[in-house]
Amino acid sequence: MYELNINGASHRVDAPADMPLLWVLRDLLGLTGTKYGCGIAQCGACTVLIDGVAQRSCVLPVSAVGDGAITTIEGLDGKVGRAVQSAWEALSVPQCGFCQSGQILAATSLLTNNPTPSDAQIAEGMSGNICRCCTYVRIGKAVRKAADDLTQGAVR
Amino acid sequence: MSSDVIVRNVSRRAFLSAGLKAAAGLTLSLALPVQAKVGDAGPGLAGTDKAAAELAPNAFVRIGADDRVTVVAKHLEMGQGTYTGLATLVAEELDARWDQVDVISAPADAKRYNNLLWGAAQGTGGSTAIANSYEQMRRAGAAARVMLLEAAARIWGVDAQTLSAQDGRVFKPGTGLSASFGELADAASRLEVPVEVVLKDPAQFRLVGHPVPRKDIAAKINGSAVFTQDIQRPGMRTAMIARAPRFGAKLKSFDGEKALASSGVREVHAVPSGIAVIADHFWAAKTGRDVLRIEWDESAAFDAGSEAVFKDYATLLDKPGLPARSDGDANEALKDAQGVVRADYRFPFLAHAAMETLGCVIEQQNDGSVDMWYGAQMQTGDQYAVSKVLGIRPDQVRIHTLYAGGSFGRRANPFSDYVVEAAEVLKASGGKTPIKLVWTREDDTRGGWYRAAYMHRIEASLESDGKPAAWRNRIVGQSIVAGTAFESGMTRKGVDVTSVEGAATLPYDIPNLRVELHTTKLPVPIQWWRSVGSTHTAYATETFLDLLAREAGQDPVDYRRALLGESPRHLQVLNLVAEKGGWGKPLAKGRGRGVAVHESFNSYVAMVAEVTVKGSGRYSVDRVVVAVDCGVAVNPDIIRAQMEGGLGYGLSTVLESEITFADGAVRESNFHDYTVLRANQMPEVEVHIVPSAEAPTGVGEPATPVIGPAVANALSSVTGKRYLQLPIRRA
Repeated sequence: MYELNINGASHRVDAPADMPLLWVLRDLLGLTGTKYGCGIAQCGACTVLIDGVAQRSCVLPVSAVGDGAITTIEGLDGKVGRAVQSAWEALSVPQCGFCQSGQILAATSLLTNNPTPSDAQIAEGMSGNICRCCTYVRIGKAVRKAADDLTQGAVR
Repeated sequence: MSSDVIVRNVSRRAFLSAGLKAAAGLTLSLALPVQAKVGDAGPGLAGTDKAAAELAPNAFVRIGADDRVTVVAKHLEMGQGTYTGLATLVAEELDARWDQVDVISAPADAKRYNNLLWGAAQGTGGSTAIANSYEQMRRAGAAARVMLLEAAARIWGVDAQTLSAQDGRVFKPGTGLSASFGELADAASRLEVPVEVVLKDPAQFRLVGHPVPRKDIAAKINGSAVFTQDIQRPGMRTAMIARAPRFGAKLKSFDGEKALASSGVREVHAVPSGIAVIADHFWAAKTGRDVLRIEWDESAAFDAGSEAVFKDYATLLDKPGLPARSDGDANEALKDAQGVVRADYRFPFLAHAAMETLGCVIEQQNDGSVDMWYGAQMQTGDQYAVSKVLGIRPDQVRIHTLYAGGSFGRRANPFSDYVVEAAEVLKASGGKTPIKLVWTREDDTRGGWYRAAYMHRIEASLESDGKPAAWRNRIVGQSIVAGTAFESGMTRKGVDVTSVEGAATLPYDIPNLRVELHTTKLPVPIQWWRSVGSTHTAYATETFLDLLAREAGQDPVDYRRALLGESPRHLQVLNLVAEKGGWGKPLAKGRGRGVAVHESFNSYVAMVAEVTVKGSGRYSVDRVVVAVDCGVAVNPDIIRAQMEGGLGYGLSTVLESEITFADGAVRESNFHDYTVLRANQMPEVEVHIVPSAEAPTGVGEPATPVIGPAVANALSSVTGKRYLQLPIRRA
């Protein structure tokens, strides 16, 4: 039995120790916004924030999560997260949409750690997350817009 | 369920006035499916019953008393933006407010929701969604508007011709008379559906041609969009199948004891494609599958390596194939020619590798019928295939089409492979619980149904002025349509048209032109992959054209221009891209520009790519300028998105991706070795859309094949080398 702190709420789950957090979220708790894409930390579709830092939930055993505060797309809030989601909407980033939860959380983590990234830092920082629709042009622009909106105080 | 509200009014006189028909605009006869005329909203529309006060004049639009306009989308939304495009067409003619429009997925029902370009089948593909729906969806919206106007006219006691609709309201100009669509829906639903409607003159469009926001964005940025793997049904179990490591292998024996002892595993069954493990959830299914013991009979299995395949294909390049096009006498002209230019090309197998791996949820009801939830791309074929497995009628297969997390052709499998698998697992387990079949990324990468490997040889001779005198293009590869329901319709004199499209349709003015095909047979299953034949034909023909331009000492754009006299739409996008792409302007040392132009699915795309060749053969693709002519631009922002994404998808195959075989087994398994384009490899993209009044054509595929030759031509302009094999790992 594990006690997990997810989106500000405590959840007790009965799961095998090696079960990745991804499947605890999706199959045991019904939080399906976090996606399975590869299972080997290559694509980033399963990205969640743990204590504000992007992590690959598909390779993180539930036993290793500890008491870190997990944020999934369903619970994304806070200034940076809202700025990212709003930029995503303004620039109509998603196509199929499947990778976008992970992209948005990766972008949130990136901007939390570096509020004023260069374009090259954005491209590198977002390169861990694959988008097969190749929405990369708009992802780059949306991260830039979110960064600008945040530094200009346009986000509440 | 049929909507009796309209049916009982069917004898009433059509109220569409002659005056309205004569109004400015297009008069078209209604070509909605027969049932739609009597207002049958159909079964299973998002599981809700038609409300009493709702207007449902046809299969595609419903207007509620709450003022919501619901558009029923007959096409799969897999990222290409079709929900938005279809809704735009309805809302345009309806004069609805964009923010009052919702989109839901149509049920599987080919009688009402068939693809008009595919005859009797419902499905999405070949960049046909907007092309086949353009008039149909507009008529659907226009019919509803006419009924709302007439309802208002009767309530107000005025002539309907004096009324207008705008932004979701009907009003009488110059008076205070005004009512919302929702207020009129009930009254309108008692009227007869018009048989003929007047469509707007394109000059009156308020939504078409404008970048209205996509309808699927909100759900796709907050995690609420539902994909197959997100479906949960009461009592549902997750199934995973262990498939043979080599195509063509057969099951010899298996031992499921250890798997059954694994925590959360409920059942293990042999199914036609392998051994199915049924478990409580993904992790239990995977853990159980990992400990299955299976022996395969590989005596008839594919055992070759990629190099051996290409070696065999290369020997066929020396032999004449079946003619796919023959203008003049290229064989004779080449026989006597001096200085024949020749190039042999090689294209690997490719996986579609959509972000969402394949999957399908199936649930059997007490009467034997089934409900299925997944990103269905060819509903009619899937219904038939599943009905055969389960011994039920196709209409007993109810498909709830969800968003697909990409497809790129994979979900349009001619044999409904993964859908049939789900039905087989359900059958093997006796139908007692709903089943969610999931494919892991490894299953998806190694599961076949690839873009086939191809080789091309192109030979050409030049006139004294440098123009091509003769061109012979020989293509070798498997047929996508052979053995499928598409074979008779898509084969001409033994030639699979999808193998030669783009090559046999070469737009250039060449007096002696011959295209030949050798169709090969391998046990590797293949199918369409975004832009199909053009994935290889555009690369071979457009890089070869640059070779000829260089041979002739001419500029690649000028060289093409001189040969496109019969192809004005090619020429137009070429000219536009040359202008916008700064063709001819000087570049820094190590940088180069390349051009390519190609038509696929009746859309015309030209690109100028800029590259930088760095030390030790490394290179980057920095910027791509695109010109596209897809007829009427229904949504310019979605067209831009499809150009950006489509060329990115193609760029993966230039820089990174290939499926290879060793002793018949696929080497690649996941994104660490089936590498694809990432954010730091994506060029800047600038898109220019040709203004056009032509009927709209698709944009999902046509950018994909053009990027490869544009990049290769740019690299050649710097290095002087030929790039005859994809992917181009080193410049």
